[in-house]
Amino acid sequence: MSSLRTPLKNALGLGSARQGAHHFVVQRLTAVALIPLGAWFVWIVLSALHLDHAGAHALVAQPFNAVLLLAFVVSIFWHAQLGLQVVIEDYVHARGSQLALQIAIKFLCFLGAAASVLAILKIALGR
Amino acid sequence: MPATARPLSPHLGIYRWQIQMVTSILHRATGIALAAGTILLVVALLALASGPDAWAKVVGFCASWPGTILLYGWTWSLAYHLLNGIRHLLQDLGFGYLPAQFVRNGWIVTIGSFVLAGLVWACVMAQGGGA
Repeated sequence: MSSLRTPLKNALGLGSARQGAHHFVVQRLTAVALIPLGAWFVWIVLSALHLDHAGAHALVAQPFNAVLLLAFVVSIFWHAQLGLQVVIEDYVHARGSQLALQIAIKFLCFLGAAASVLAILKIALGR
Repeated sequence: MPATARPLSPHLGIYRWQIQMVTSILHRATGIALAAGTILLVVALLALASGPDAWAKVVGFCASWPGTILLYGWTWSLAYHLLNGIRHLLQDLGFGYLPAQFVRNGWIVTIGSFVLAGLVWACVMAQGGGA
Protein backbone atom coordinates (compact mmCIF):
# COMPACT_ATOMS: atom_id res chain seq x y z
CA MET A 1 0.00 0.00 0.00
CA SER A 2 1.32 3.44 -0.86
CA SER A 3 2.11 5.92 1.89
CA LEU A 4 -0.51 8.39 3.04
CA ARG A 5 2.14 10.99 3.83
CA THR A 6 2.11 13.91 1.38
CA PRO A 7 5.38 14.99 -0.32
CA LEU A 8 5.27 18.21 1.77
CA LYS A 9 5.00 16.15 4.94
CA ASN A 10 8.04 14.13 3.88
CA ALA A 11 10.08 17.22 3.02
CA LEU A 12 9.23 19.02 6.27
CA GLY A 13 10.18 15.90 8.19
CA LEU A 14 13.49 15.95 6.29
CA GLY A 15 12.39 12.98 4.24
CA SER A 16 12.53 12.93 0.47
CA ALA A 17 9.85 14.79 -1.50
CA ARG A 18 10.98 12.64 -4.48
CA GLN A 19 11.91 15.71 -6.49
CA GLY A 20 15.57 16.08 -5.54
CA ALA A 21 17.01 14.82 -8.79
CA HIS A 22 14.60 16.63 -11.09
CA HIS A 23 16.46 19.97 -11.03
CA PHE A 24 19.79 18.19 -11.60
CA VAL A 25 18.45 16.15 -14.51
CA VAL A 26 16.71 19.02 -16.33
CA GLN A 27 19.73 21.31 -15.88
CA ARG A 28 21.95 18.72 -17.57
CA LEU A 29 19.33 17.89 -20.21
CA THR A 30 19.05 21.55 -21.27
CA ALA A 31 22.86 21.85 -21.10
CA VAL A 32 23.28 18.92 -23.51
CA ALA A 33 20.67 20.44 -25.84
CA LEU A 34 22.45 23.80 -25.74
CA ILE A 35 25.81 22.42 -26.94
CA PRO A 36 24.66 21.98 -30.57
CA LEU A 37 21.98 24.70 -30.36
CA GLY A 38 24.48 27.26 -28.98
CA ALA A 39 27.01 26.47 -31.70
CA TRP A 40 24.28 26.70 -34.33
CA PHE A 41 23.11 30.06 -32.88
CA VAL A 42 26.61 31.58 -33.13
CA TRP A 43 26.85 30.29 -36.72
CA ILE A 44 23.47 31.77 -37.74
CA VAL A 45 24.32 35.15 -36.15
CA LEU A 46 27.64 35.18 -38.03
CA SER A 47 25.91 34.33 -41.30
CA ALA A 48 23.33 37.10 -40.73
CA LEU A 49 25.93 39.84 -40.11
CA HIS A 50 25.57 41.57 -43.46
CA LEU A 51 21.84 41.02 -43.97
CA ASP A 52 19.40 43.94 -43.83
CA HIS A 53 16.04 43.62 -42.05
CA ALA A 54 14.34 41.80 -44.92
CA GLY A 55 17.26 39.38 -45.27
CA ALA A 56 17.45 38.59 -41.55
CA HIS A 57 13.64 38.24 -41.44
CA ALA A 58 13.70 35.77 -44.33
CA LEU A 59 16.55 33.81 -42.71
CA VAL A 60 14.65 33.37 -39.41
CA ALA A 61 11.41 32.65 -41.31
CA GLN A 62 12.88 29.50 -42.91
CA PRO A 63 11.15 26.61 -41.08
CA PHE A 64 14.43 24.82 -40.25
CA ASN A 65 15.91 27.95 -38.67
CA ALA A 66 12.66 28.93 -36.92
CA VAL A 67 12.32 25.52 -35.26
CA LEU A 68 15.95 25.45 -34.08
CA LEU A 69 15.62 29.03 -32.81
CA LEU A 70 12.46 28.05 -30.88
CA ALA A 71 14.32 25.11 -29.32
CA PHE A 72 17.24 27.42 -28.53
CA VAL A 73 15.21 30.14 -26.74
CA VAL A 74 13.15 27.64 -24.74
CA SER A 75 16.34 25.83 -23.67
CA ILE A 76 18.26 28.97 -22.67
CA PHE A 77 15.45 30.43 -20.55
CA TRP A 78 14.80 27.07 -18.90
CA HIS A 79 18.53 26.56 -18.26
CA ALA A 80 18.94 30.19 -17.06
CA GLN A 81 16.07 29.84 -14.58
CA LEU A 82 17.55 26.64 -13.13
CA GLY A 83 21.02 28.18 -12.85
CA LEU A 84 19.91 31.51 -11.35
CA GLN A 85 17.70 29.62 -8.89
CA VAL A 86 20.78 27.90 -7.43
CA VAL A 87 22.76 31.16 -7.32
CA ILE A 88 19.94 32.78 -5.30
CA GLU A 89 19.64 29.72 -3.04
CA ASP A 90 23.39 29.94 -2.35
CA TYR A 91 23.84 33.67 -1.76
CA VAL A 92 20.50 35.19 -0.69
CA HIS A 93 19.69 34.00 2.81
CA ALA A 94 16.93 36.39 3.93
CA ARG A 95 13.74 34.41 3.43
CA GLY A 96 11.66 37.31 2.12
CA SER A 97 14.12 38.51 -0.51
CA GLN A 98 14.98 34.95 -1.52
CA LEU A 99 11.32 34.15 -2.14
CA ALA A 100 10.75 37.43 -4.00
CA LEU A 101 13.85 36.89 -6.18
CA GLN A 102 12.97 33.26 -6.95
CA ILE A 103 9.48 34.29 -8.07
CA ALA A 104 10.83 37.26 -10.06
CA ILE A 105 13.42 35.06 -11.86
CA LYS A 106 10.77 32.48 -12.78
CA PHE A 107 8.38 35.14 -14.07
CA LEU A 108 11.10 36.99 -16.03
CA CYS A 109 12.41 33.79 -17.63
CA PHE A 110 8.88 32.79 -18.62
CA LEU A 111 8.20 36.26 -20.06
CA GLY A 112 11.49 36.19 -21.98
CA ALA A 113 10.71 32.78 -23.42
CA ALA A 114 7.11 33.75 -24.27
CA ALA A 115 8.17 37.01 -25.98
CA SER A 116 10.89 35.21 -27.97
CA VAL A 117 8.53 32.42 -29.05
CA LEU A 118 5.89 34.96 -30.10
CA ALA A 119 8.44 36.95 -32.11
CA ILE A 120 9.78 33.84 -33.87
CA LEU A 121 6.24 32.58 -34.68
CA LYS A 122 5.25 36.02 -36.01
CA ILE A 123 8.34 36.07 -38.23
CA ALA A 124 7.85 32.47 -39.39
CA LEU A 125 4.07 32.55 -39.96
CA GLY A 126 3.21 36.20 -40.63
CA ARG A 127 3.67 38.39 -43.62
CA MET B 1 25.62 37.69 12.87
CA PRO B 2 25.45 34.79 15.34
CA ALA B 3 25.61 35.78 19.01
CA THR B 4 28.37 33.29 19.81
CA ALA B 5 31.75 33.53 18.09
CA ARG B 6 31.79 30.02 16.66
CA PRO B 7 34.63 29.06 14.31
CA LEU B 8 33.75 29.54 10.66
CA SER B 9 35.07 27.66 7.66
CA PRO B 10 37.59 29.80 5.75
CA HIS B 11 36.16 31.83 2.88
CA LEU B 12 37.62 33.27 -0.35
CA GLY B 13 39.90 35.79 1.40
CA ILE B 14 41.86 32.97 3.05
CA TYR B 15 42.64 30.72 0.09
CA ARG B 16 45.45 31.19 -2.39
CA TRP B 17 43.86 31.66 -5.83
CA GLN B 18 44.09 28.56 -7.96
CA ILE B 19 42.64 27.38 -11.26
CA GLN B 20 40.15 24.99 -9.62
CA MET B 21 38.25 27.80 -7.86
CA VAL B 22 38.64 30.28 -10.73
CA THR B 23 36.96 27.93 -13.22
CA SER B 24 34.08 27.35 -10.79
CA ILE B 25 33.57 31.06 -10.04
CA LEU B 26 33.82 31.98 -13.73
CA HIS B 27 31.19 29.38 -14.64
CA ARG B 28 28.68 31.10 -12.35
CA ALA B 29 29.74 34.60 -13.37
CA THR B 30 29.49 33.85 -17.11
CA GLY B 31 26.14 32.11 -16.51
CA ILE B 32 24.76 35.24 -14.85
CA ALA B 33 26.22 37.44 -17.62
CA LEU B 34 24.65 35.23 -20.30
CA ALA B 35 21.28 35.34 -18.51
CA ALA B 36 21.51 39.15 -18.65
CA GLY B 37 22.46 38.87 -22.33
CA THR B 38 19.16 37.16 -23.11
CA ILE B 39 17.58 40.64 -22.79
CA LEU B 40 19.35 41.67 -26.03
CA LEU B 41 18.24 38.40 -27.69
CA VAL B 42 14.59 39.02 -26.79
CA VAL B 43 14.77 42.68 -27.86
CA ALA B 44 16.45 41.71 -31.16
CA LEU B 45 13.82 39.04 -31.94
CA LEU B 46 10.94 41.41 -31.10
CA ALA B 47 12.55 44.13 -33.24
CA LEU B 48 13.03 41.72 -36.14
CA ALA B 49 9.34 40.79 -35.86
CA SER B 50 8.11 44.40 -35.66
CA GLY B 51 9.94 45.96 -38.60
CA PRO B 52 12.97 47.69 -40.20
CA ASP B 53 12.90 50.78 -37.92
CA ALA B 54 13.07 48.78 -34.68
CA TRP B 55 15.66 46.44 -36.25
CA ALA B 56 17.84 49.45 -37.21
CA LYS B 57 17.86 50.55 -33.56
CA VAL B 58 19.12 47.11 -32.42
CA VAL B 59 21.79 47.06 -35.15
CA GLY B 60 22.78 50.61 -34.14
CA PHE B 61 23.17 49.55 -30.52
CA CYS B 62 25.28 46.53 -31.47
CA ALA B 63 27.53 48.71 -33.64
CA SER B 64 28.01 51.36 -30.91
CA TRP B 65 31.11 50.96 -28.77
CA PRO B 66 29.23 50.04 -25.55
CA GLY B 67 27.27 47.50 -27.59
CA THR B 68 30.46 46.13 -29.14
CA ILE B 69 32.15 45.78 -25.73
CA LEU B 70 29.09 43.92 -24.41
CA LEU B 71 29.10 41.63 -27.45
CA TYR B 72 32.82 40.88 -26.92
CA GLY B 73 32.00 40.02 -23.29
CA TRP B 74 29.03 37.85 -24.17
CA THR B 75 30.99 36.03 -26.90
CA TRP B 76 33.73 35.08 -24.43
CA SER B 77 31.13 34.25 -21.73
CA LEU B 78 29.33 31.90 -24.14
CA ALA B 79 32.62 30.29 -25.23
CA TYR B 80 33.70 29.78 -21.62
CA HIS B 81 30.31 28.57 -20.31
CA LEU B 82 30.04 26.20 -23.30
CA LEU B 83 33.51 24.66 -22.87
CA ASN B 84 33.40 24.52 -19.06
CA GLY B 85 29.83 23.21 -19.29
CA ILE B 86 31.08 20.31 -21.43
CA ARG B 87 33.82 19.80 -18.80
CA HIS B 88 31.16 19.66 -16.08
CA LEU B 89 29.10 17.14 -18.06
CA LEU B 90 32.20 14.94 -18.49
CA GLN B 91 32.88 15.25 -14.75
CA ASP B 92 29.26 14.18 -14.11
CA LEU B 93 30.11 11.04 -16.11
CA GLY B 94 33.12 10.48 -13.84
CA PHE B 95 35.98 11.70 -16.07
CA GLY B 96 38.83 14.07 -15.23
CA TYR B 97 38.59 14.11 -11.44
CA LEU B 98 42.23 13.33 -10.51
CA PRO B 99 43.88 16.56 -9.27
CA ALA B 100 46.41 16.69 -12.12
CA GLN B 101 43.69 16.08 -14.75
CA PHE B 102 41.37 18.58 -13.05
CA VAL B 103 44.01 21.34 -13.15
CA ARG B 104 44.95 20.49 -16.74
CA ASN B 105 41.41 20.46 -18.13
CA GLY B 106 40.72 23.67 -16.19
CA TRP B 107 43.53 25.40 -18.09
CA ILE B 108 42.43 23.83 -21.39
CA VAL B 109 38.92 25.23 -20.91
CA THR B 110 40.15 28.67 -19.82
CA ILE B 111 42.64 29.12 -22.67
CA GLY B 112 40.29 27.41 -25.11
CA SER B 113 37.52 29.91 -24.32
CA PHE B 114 39.74 32.81 -25.42
CA VAL B 115 40.75 30.92 -28.56
CA LEU B 116 37.12 30.11 -29.41
CA ALA B 117 35.92 33.69 -28.75
CA GLY B 118 38.87 34.97 -30.81
CA LEU B 119 37.89 32.67 -33.71
CA VAL B 120 34.31 33.99 -33.65
CA TRP B 121 35.53 37.60 -33.76
CA ALA B 122 38.05 36.69 -36.47
CA CYS B 123 35.02 35.56 -38.53
CA VAL B 124 33.36 38.92 -37.81
CA MET B 125 36.50 40.87 -38.76
CA ALA B 126 36.98 38.77 -41.91
CA GLN B 127 33.54 39.94 -43.02
CA GLY B 128 34.56 43.54 -42.31
CA GLY B 129 32.52 43.93 -39.12
CA GLY B 130 28.74 43.93 -38.81
CA ALA B 131 26.07 45.42 -41.07
